[in-house]
Amino acid sequence: MALPLAPPGWSRWLVPPAALSVHLSIGQAYAWSVFKPPLEAALGLSGTQSALPFQLGIVMLGLSAAFGGTLVERRGPRWAMAVALCCFSSGFLLAALGAWTEQYWLIVFGYGFVGGIGLGIGYISPVSTLIKWFPDRPGMATGIAIMGFGGGALIASPWSAQMLESFGADSGGIAMAFLVHGVTYAVFMSLGVLLVRVPRPSAAPVTGTPAEQATATTGPQVSANSAVRTPQFWCLWIVLCMNVTAGIGILEKAAPMITDFFADTSTPVSASAAAGFVALLSAANMAGRIGWSSTSDLIGRKNVYRLYLGAGALMYLLIASFGDSSKPLFICCALVILSFYGGGFATIPAYLKDLFGTYQVGAIHGRLLTAWSTAGVLGPLIVNWVADSQKDAGKSGSSLYGLSLGIMIGLLLVGFVANELIRPVHQRHHVPAQRKASDDDLAAKSA
Amino acid sequence: MTTSQPSRHDRAGRRPGLILFAWLWVGAPLGYGLYELVRKAAQLFT
Repeated sequence: MALPLAPPGWSRWLVPPAALSVHLSIGQAYAWSVFKPPLEAALGLSGTQSALPFQLGIVMLGLSAAFGGTLVERRGPRWAMAVALCCFSSGFLLAALGAWTEQYWLIVFGYGFVGGIGLGIGYISPVSTLIKWFPDRPGMATGIAIMGFGGGALIASPWSAQMLESFGADSGGIAMAFLVHGVTYAVFMSLGVLLVRVPRPSAAPVTGTPAEQATATTGPQVSANSAVRTPQFWCLWIVLCMNVTAGIGILEKAAPMITDFFADTSTPVSASAAAGFVALLSAANMAGRIGWSSTSDLIGRKNVYRLYLGAGALMYLLIASFGDSSKPLFICCALVILSFYGGGFATIPAYLKDLFGTYQVGAIHGRLLTAWSTAGVLGPLIVNWVADSQKDAGKSGSSLYGLSLGIMIGLLLVGFVANELIRPVHQRHHVPAQRKASDDDLAAKSA
Repeated sequence: MTTSQPSRHDRAGRRPGLILFAWLWVGAPLGYGLYELVRKAAQLFT
């Protein structure tokens, strides 16, 4: 499939909705929990077993983004979106067949393995294209797309629940729900495949002051293979891993945490209020993705990560010290932490662009996402292990979380130091100008 | 860092109908998700 070069007059404002159509779809992964109870009841599964399709999906997301990134750069965003569409939708269709025939392995293989490849390729598919269309506002552009991944769960969660209510929660009803998901997401994602365009090298958007234009189009260009050999890549890897782990520290235990913190006070938190708190955290996560990422275009990437990691640690400290004495303080701190969590995800592509250029930024982003997979395993492990050990030690209320909060502060400080160590990439890693020009020529000719 | 002028692409070719359609395509389901989210979040204050 040739690179989809934009015809003259193609508006760059058509590219963010193309990216959103993919990210809003694949963000469904975070709403998998809706299917867990009906699957457990219909197929006689344990909680651990019913989580398998999601867990395999996240592992495949990291692996396919890491190993498929270079291919995505070479074949272009339309190819990547088409692959994401095929994998994600056929994953649902295979899962539907699995539910219909009551073959659980087919659900795991379909949704987790095949669908997971769609998640990874779809996640990185629009990143470098958006950065090329919006060289003046890369943070905002990638923030819009990555906000979509957070938004996908907001849409899928009530939609899937309503579907199960209509079709029934038995294996036939689940199969029907998977089938409708597969078909609907295929249609929805097709907008991205049809609309996405790569800017012509000669027609890159010209915006901003002359100085901004210069930094947008020049600067260091580093290949993905060279990038992973630089200390900057690994510092960023630590930054992302620590920021995500700390965010998961709140996300994983949000509902029991707010209930335990105020259990012995005059204003205990009910189960429905705790569910409302979790929903509010999702909103903060999403708002942080677009809000903080856009802010990074104004104050710089390094400064915004200083805020995520430094102020994030301070928020955890406030919760640990005074959280149980004031509900508004607890809620505000948790919301800020979750907005930093979302912002951390959304600002990374622009940070990569600043350090390594636009040459293979999508592929580098894909490799960096292994930090997310690591944090996805590490975060829940730490939080659940600490909570269980504190309970075994006879602790209750807010003291159950003291150690977890301390660990999160430590992790954020490690990330803060890693961010401080990031310097511009040494010239020996830069791609020679002739090689980049010949690659650009090749791309233009293949279109 | 703000833009001081619209891009060459924006000036050269406006496809307002297509842009509106594309944003509605993604905005409508997102609006539904946000509506459901606000309904749920309101439980925290009741």
